[in-house]
Parts: sequence; C-alpha cells; structure tokens
Amino acid sequence: MRPPKRLRRRVKSAVLLGLCATAVLITLLPLASILLECFVNGAGAITPAFFLQNPPPPCNPGPTTPCPVGGIQDALLGTLLLVVVASLIALPVGILGGIYLSEFQDRPLARPARFLADVMTGIPSIVIGVFVFGIFLFFAEQGWISSFSITSGYTGAVALAVIMIPVVARTCEEALRLVPVSIREASLALGIPRHRTILRIVLSAARGGVITGALLAVARAGGETAPLLLTAGFTTGAITGLSGWTPSLPVLIYYSAAGGYANTTQLAWGAALMLVLIMLLISVGARLALRNKFGGRTA
Amino acid sequence: MTGDKLVVENLNAWYGKTHAVQDISLSFPDKRATAIIGPSGCGKSTFIRCLNRIHETQPKARAEGKVLLDGADVYADDPTEIRRKIGMVFQRPNVFPTMSIYGNVAAGLKLHGGYSHDEMDRLVIESLKKAALWEEVKEKLDQSALQLSGGQQQRLCIARALAVQPEVLLMDEPASALDPISTARIEDLIFDLKNQVPVVIVTHNMQQAARVADRTAFLYLGKLVEVAPTRDLFERPAEKLTESYITGRFG
Repeated sequence: MRPPKRLRRRVKSAVLLGLCATAVLITLLPLASILLECFVNGAGAITPAFFLQNPPPPCNPGPTTPCPVGGIQDALLGTLLLVVVASLIALPVGILGGIYLSEFQDRPLARPARFLADVMTGIPSIVIGVFVFGIFLFFAEQGWISSFSITSGYTGAVALAVIMIPVVARTCEEALRLVPVSIREASLALGIPRHRTILRIVLSAARGGVITGALLAVARAGGETAPLLLTAGFTTGAITGLSGWTPSLPVLIYYSAAGGYANTTQLAWGAALMLVLIMLLISVGARLALRNKFGGRTA
Repeated sequence: MTGDKLVVENLNAWYGKTHAVQDISLSFPDKRATAIIGPSGCGKSTFIRCLNRIHETQPKARAEGKVLLDGADVYADDPTEIRRKIGMVFQRPNVFPTMSIYGNVAAGLKLHGGYSHDEMDRLVIESLKKAALWEEVKEKLDQSALQLSGGQQQRLCIARALAVQPEVLLMDEPASALDPISTARIEDLIFDLKNQVPVVIVTHNMQQAARVADRTAFLYLGKLVEVAPTRDLFERPAEKLTESYITGRFG
C-alpha cells in the first residue's frame, strides 16, 4: 500500500505549492502593474523642467496651441515640508508612546492606550482630516488663530502627524518588546538607572525596528491624500511656507488626473511615478537602517 | 561575625503568590567565594537576585527582610546605587548587542558619567585583564561584541560587571550555558577574583561548587538547609537532606 500513499502525498504537496505560488503571483500582480504603468506613462513627463515648474492650466494639444505639461516643483516641496513637520510632531510623541506601551505595561493606562492606538490606525484618513479641520475651526472660532490658518500647511502637518503617531507608537512598542529581558537586566545590574537603561540601552538595541517603524509612518504620511484635501488645501501657484494653502504630490495627482485633459493627465502620471520612487527610496532607506554599524542585521 | 561583607537576615521573596525564598539568613565573608547549590526551582537564583534588588524589577515580584552590605541595609538605599556596588553576572551571556567590545565594558562607566576618557580606558583595560579576556580582544576593541564566542561573551560580561568596581560579585550559574573549556576558564577566573571581591555563585553543578567555593550553602524548596565550609559540606554534611542531595539520591 505504500507507493499509492506516497503518490497521494506528492500530489497534495504539488497542489498546495501551486496554490501558494498562485497566491504570491496574485499579490505581486497589482504591484508590478502599478510600477509598470507609472513608468510607461510617467517617465515621459520627467524632464529637468518637471522639477522647476508648477502645474499648467489644463488644455489639450491642438495643431497650433502649445500645451505644456508643467511640473511639480512646489508640490514636491510642499510634501517634503508637510512630512518633515508632521515627523517632528509624530516621531517624539510616537516613540515616547511606544516606550510607555512596552516598558510600562503594568500601568493601568497601557492597555487602553494600546487599544486606542490600534483603533486609530484603522480610522479612515478622511475622518482624521475632518477631525483636525474641526479642531482648527474651533480654534479659529475662539479667536486663538486667524481663520486663514484653518486651511494651511500646519493644519495638514497636524493631520499627517495624527495618522503617523499610532503607527510609530505600535511599531516602536513591538521593536522594544523584541529586546530580551536579559539585556534590560544586564543594564540595571550595572546600577544604570531605569530611564537611562530604556533610552540608552533598550532603545539602542531596538533602533533598527524603531527606524523602520518611523520610515513606514513617513511613507504612509507622504502618500496620504484625503486628510490633506480638507486641511492643507492645494494651489497650483507658489508655496508660501506652511502658513497658507500648501500643495502636495498626492493632492496634485488627485486634481490633475481628474480633469481629463491631456497635459494634466501626463503631469499626474509623472507625479505618481515620483511619489512611487520616493516611497521606494524610503523603503530602501529602511533596509539600510536595519544594517547596524558592524555590518550585521539587528532586530 | 566580623569580616562579613554581606549579611542576609530573614529574607523572604515572592513571585505573585509563590513563596520562593523562605526566611533565609546567611552571611558572606570578604575575599571568599560562596557557592549556593540546590536542585532546580529551590529558589537559589531568586535568592541572589534579591541581594542586588534585581528581583523586584520583575512584575509581581517582591522581597522582605534585611540585606546588609557593610552593615548598611540594602533595602533602605537607592536600588541603582546598590546594584552598582553589588555586581551581577547572569546565566546566559547578555552583551549589549549594538555596542562594541570596548563599549560594553565601558557602558556602566559611561552611563554613570563622571569618568574622563583616560580613566575609562584604564578601567576597561584593567577589567578585561581581570576577566582574562584582554589578550584575545586587545586588537579588536571597536568590533561588535556579538562576534565573540559564547565563553568570550560571558567573560566580557564579567569584565563589564567589574568595570564599575563592585564590592561584591554575584554570579547566577555563569557557566551553565558554556562548553567545558570555557567553563574551566570561568572557574579559574572566579578563583582569582575572590581575592579582590567576595563572590557569590549559584550553581547546579556540585563539582563546580567544590572547585571554586570556600563555603557552600544548600537550599531546598526555598529554605536554607545547611551552610558550611565547602569541604565539610561535601564530606561531612550535618543534615540528612544535604547528604541525599550530594550523593545524588534526588535532585
């Protein structure tokens, strides 16, 4: 009876392996398709001028009328500014929050805080946009800020920060938890106080994971469109710092792709390719950060 | 008794509801190695973890009783100060993974602050020499501590503990994760170290206790059964329980 049994096992194994391979293909197909489409349609738009101009008035090329594609100069700058300011808010708050969740698990606040962070990562980003918009509207009604500041880069940065904080906090928590208790004990046993043990020993041992989490959050924030529609606004003109309407790449793609004009559609493809490339760069950066200074990989 | 560096009086320790150490009184003379033996789960690790107050850093763990270092109550002092004076080496080598060999030994000094670069260099070299590791690592102090072998890592942990100049050194089964050659090196080291600091070593290996310790204490089910000069304890145990344990009838 042995040969047929073995055959059945082999067939089963082959079928399951085939299913797994198919699933991998299905997973990779959209990704490959997105990358390919962006390159095919967007690469043509990327010229030096693409980085030195702003979006043009929409038009379709006629036999005589010139119809420039324009560029993403201020939107790229706006995205960088928004993400930098959002990170300045979200990284300290998120990392300190992650430390609380991991190192002070026995405190009564830790469990509800972790639950809330999990819920927050699941909230649709448009809702966060409305929430931050509402808060700044309230501030303006109270006379604390000018009503011109409701739609501004600062509001947009706060909205992005709200999206980033739970992501940073939870990934930081997970990274810190991977550091074995024995490392903490080694430090405490040297008479190193707890706060220095956490900040200098545990955080250092977990830095690969913490940096990955931070870059993950940055990538997420950099690609968000919905919360910025209501907060940062958009302009095809020049950026005036973060105090006014602030253009960003995702919102530029959103508006440019919607019109159906040849030149803005081309611009949207170019911008999409840029955004994808930036995300790719960040993810490569995360991988490089995982290599520690001794060349090996850490947690 | 005079000459006792560390005196324990009526020490009790709990993990949650488990009463792991029950009313132990024991003293440790200066410049001697004391071994603590007993079967797994007898509370010997918990006992020495109470001496530097690392026991209480775990959730639901607590301790009661007196531990006197040079007559001053350890439990009335700042725990970080106590842990600096009473060093500890753990069962498994626990080097700081992101630090270099030098960085590991210097970590305690650096994070306490107040040491000049020259002082730090001197103490690091001195500690590595005391831990019998200097010759093997002197060419690669700036390399990762993780590339050392298990035995070398454990000696690095000993050097790290010695660098902050402790007054007592606790060792919790320091060789149980090591091969026989590394174990022999650690044992030689303990033999040399005890002339500088009193050493308290927990071990489940009775031969090891016999080789390195001047005095040996036998713990069973959280209680101290007997403490005596090592030779006496192994050759003429006063208690029936000790005799059955060392002759291998249980444990």
